[in-house]
Amino acid sequence: MQWETVIGLEVHVQLATQSKIFSGASTAFGAEPNTQACAIDLGLPGVLPVLNEGAVAMAVQFGLAINAEIPETSLFERKNYFYPDLPKGYQTSQMAQPIVGKGEVEILLDDDSRKRVRIHHAHLEEDAGKSLHEDFHGMTGVDLNRAGTPLLEIVSEPDMRSAREAVAYIRALHAIVTYLGISDGNMAEGSMRCDVNVSVRPKGQETFGTRAEIKNVNSFRFVERAIEFEVERQIELLEDGGKVVQETRLYDPDLDETRSMRTKEEANDYRYFPCPDLLPVMLDEAYIEHQRATLPELPSEKRDRFENTLGLSAYDAGVLSSTRPMAEYFEAVLAVCGDAKQAANWVQGELSAHLNRENIDIGNSPVTPEQLGELISRVLDDTINGKAAKQVFAALWNNEGTSADEIIDARGLKQVTDTGAIEAMIDQVIAESPVQVAQYREADEAKRGKMIGYFVGQVMKASRGTANPQQVNGLLKQKLDQA
Amino acid sequence: MHQMTLTELAKGIKAGDFSSRELTTSLLDRIERLDGDINSFITVTRDQALAAADAADQARARGDDRPLAGLPLAIKDIFCTRGIRTSCGSKMLDNFQAPYSATVVEKLEAAGMVSLGKTNMDEFAMGSSNESSYYGPVKNPWDLSAVPGGSSGGSAAAVAAGFAPAALGTDTGGSIRQPAAFCGITGLKPTYGRVSRYGMVAFASSLDQGGPMARSAADCALLLGAIAGHDLRDSTSVARVVPDYLAELDTPLAGLKIGLPKEYFGDGLDDEVEGAIREAIGTFESLGAKVCEVSLPHTHLAVPAYYVIAPAEASSNLSRYDGVRFGHRCDNPVDLEDLYKRSRAEGFGDEVKRRILIGTHTLSEGFFDAYYRKAQQVRRLIRQDFLDAFEEVDVLMGPAAPTPAFDLGAKKDPVSMYLQDIYTIAINLAGIPGISVPAGFAGKRPIGLQILGQHFAEGQLLNVAHQFQQATDWHRRHPSDQETT
Repeated sequence: MQWETVIGLEVHVQLATQSKIFSGASTAFGAEPNTQACAIDLGLPGVLPVLNEGAVAMAVQFGLAINAEIPETSLFERKNYFYPDLPKGYQTSQMAQPIVGKGEVEILLDDDSRKRVRIHHAHLEEDAGKSLHEDFHGMTGVDLNRAGTPLLEIVSEPDMRSAREAVAYIRALHAIVTYLGISDGNMAEGSMRCDVNVSVRPKGQETFGTRAEIKNVNSFRFVERAIEFEVERQIELLEDGGKVVQETRLYDPDLDETRSMRTKEEANDYRYFPCPDLLPVMLDEAYIEHQRATLPELPSEKRDRFENTLGLSAYDAGVLSSTRPMAEYFEAVLAVCGDAKQAANWVQGELSAHLNRENIDIGNSPVTPEQLGELISRVLDDTINGKAAKQVFAALWNNEGTSADEIIDARGLKQVTDTGAIEAMIDQVIAESPVQVAQYREADEAKRGKMIGYFVGQVMKASRGTANPQQVNGLLKQKLDQA
Repeated sequence: MHQMTLTELAKGIKAGDFSSRELTTSLLDRIERLDGDINSFITVTRDQALAAADAADQARARGDDRPLAGLPLAIKDIFCTRGIRTSCGSKMLDNFQAPYSATVVEKLEAAGMVSLGKTNMDEFAMGSSNESSYYGPVKNPWDLSAVPGGSSGGSAAAVAAGFAPAALGTDTGGSIRQPAAFCGITGLKPTYGRVSRYGMVAFASSLDQGGPMARSAADCALLLGAIAGHDLRDSTSVARVVPDYLAELDTPLAGLKIGLPKEYFGDGLDDEVEGAIREAIGTFESLGAKVCEVSLPHTHLAVPAYYVIAPAEASSNLSRYDGVRFGHRCDNPVDLEDLYKRSRAEGFGDEVKRRILIGTHTLSEGFFDAYYRKAQQVRRLIRQDFLDAFEEVDVLMGPAAPTPAFDLGAKKDPVSMYLQDIYTIAINLAGIPGISVPAGFAGKRPIGLQILGQHFAEGQLLNVAHQFQQATDWHRRHPSDQETT
């Protein structure tokens, strides 16, 4: 039987506010345990939450970025359950009236085609602390630094049909939230965490199969592998005449498998009800328009512009708009050199190769976009040839000079375009290579085309790479063919 | 000195008749001598009180003329006080010291007031007789065989017994007004949002409101002025100017329109209480007020709605007492579930457990709509009843409780206890202010008149109550120490 995979995602994005969603404690990552938890985060008796306006603004910006409805009124509710790293015994979240309503996210598929994933809603909530099960000799430690960190939970419709689409969706969300600057998007530090709902159904069937929810998958790669494992597990189960049970599963990256955490029967009754300590959030048109005015150009808009206005290929436009630092770098290079295709080639070629080799983020590149832009300009105005340009780039990368011009001058890489000088070098090469010249002159036209490469190489060598290769080619041909 | 009002004590201190230290010492000694039988305090903070009194005296010597400076008061043990135990009347918090003070406590400290200690209360403010306290019941200073009312029973008894001229209480369903009535003092529940709830241990967040309990309406006005106001730490506190409550006290009552809700004078109302209330109404008429009957048609739904909403919120508010971070923890838990179950089973008393169970049930899947949502709909109807009534009249009057203080141990059945709050609970559901003022006696036991006003009409309530107290002397009566000893 042919099976179809159906995937929906709940993505928790940690918002980049300075302080927590309901208290003034810092949200910085990596502090000593329990040093960034105030009385409110600890849920001490008598304390009250006060909503962080910054978190509201960020949620609204996200909503506007995905063309979502922003309801006039949203409401915080309490989700009640007991757990040691949940200090109040409830999580303040949103349920019936979330801050962001229906919207959609455009994703880029492997074949460079596009697909729209519908967003059911996105809501604000507070993060829990962390339970630490190691290092406590059979006991559990609780670190409440993370408790109260603002999260935006983005809930998609079950619109994805493969693990690759799911990854493309998360990449698209990642691009949106980092473009907006509302999250650092650092998955390794838990700034984006995914719960993946997976089911399978016979191809053509309309009703959904029973789904399993895989909790807390924290990298693009793990999302893909968790889904692939789970899809295979479900199909095998069904083909063996079994049934998928609705349950929560955990992905174990070490064993590359998912396993059951709890079934539906064991699920909590969270007893949601409106939080009486917080007022409904009322947003008027003016506020929403104000937030809209702060929106930067979004990834999909950039991609369209790169493709349609700058004339880049769909692939290049996709790569260059994939993250905000990448796009900003590219645009800064373009601003200096003025040639989008060259800028795209250099950023994706020489620069990316260096960055990948040394595992450096583009934002921390040792070669600034201004330096690269100037370098490209020197290629475009024929000051240097491509080969010399690579040398200049390497010198910039190693901080052996502050600008392309300085390095070109210091190393004498300026392209030789003086015909007389090139002719002199050619004459010398011809004089020093009597055997090769004789062979060349005896050869027919087809063979000559191949043999000329030897002479070009010799002349370039004689010019230490600075001679203009096209000129060398033309003049050599003239001289060799003359006799 | 122990029978004087705050206003009189303030004059005495200002005139140099006595110092804050003398006053404070005298009250602390009196508490030590007489509170053994009454049990109105859980914690007496003698050292801190004397230090605060000395500081107030020294400040005064340097020319400080803050009106409340050096005046003592007692604080219900539901308000967090930095470095001093805040038990909330529960074994669960017997070991709890907050690292912060409630906003109202900070405000009163900033005003120079001297806290004598923390008063007894029903556990987590759940009760109407102060019998659910882990620290034992409080006795009514007027009659030691009677309850003082609850949940602010310790605060009411401390003021009545001459231990403190005033006290802070909280009122979720009548917990200031009913004990004020039972103990013959004046107690005001402000409009929801008028006084910050920050640092007040939550029972039912949408109903809880702190307020003053004292020997006169004028004293309540003085205290309310000090504790009211918007607090950035409490989103439900209202950003609205705090009026000068003292300035309004002397407004004449001629032309005041008083409504008597007919539902507050029906079955179940004790004859002596009704007689006293009717007599008080007569006094208002003699002061030029006009009286008419009004109806609050959904009154009968108030107690049921309250006992859905309040336990629902409580079940969630009390989840934090899990034995993990603070409060009671059972010995040698074998696993997490054991830790939760035994810590909570040991730490909470029966009434608290009952309400947690009720609240957990009413919020459960499948019951939420029938209980919680329905109760919220009823709540809106009840609020509308009051808004409609205030289209016709300025204030409403009636009894604060259906009977005078009952005997200790008399109400074994929880529902009969819940019905104690039949006249007070709707006010919390509607969020309006209410005040109880002494209006007579049934034998030795005081009777309280309840006056209700529109949202944020505290000034008017205090004015009406003050004018009544200018015309009567019920609030000037005090239990004899013979009864107390």
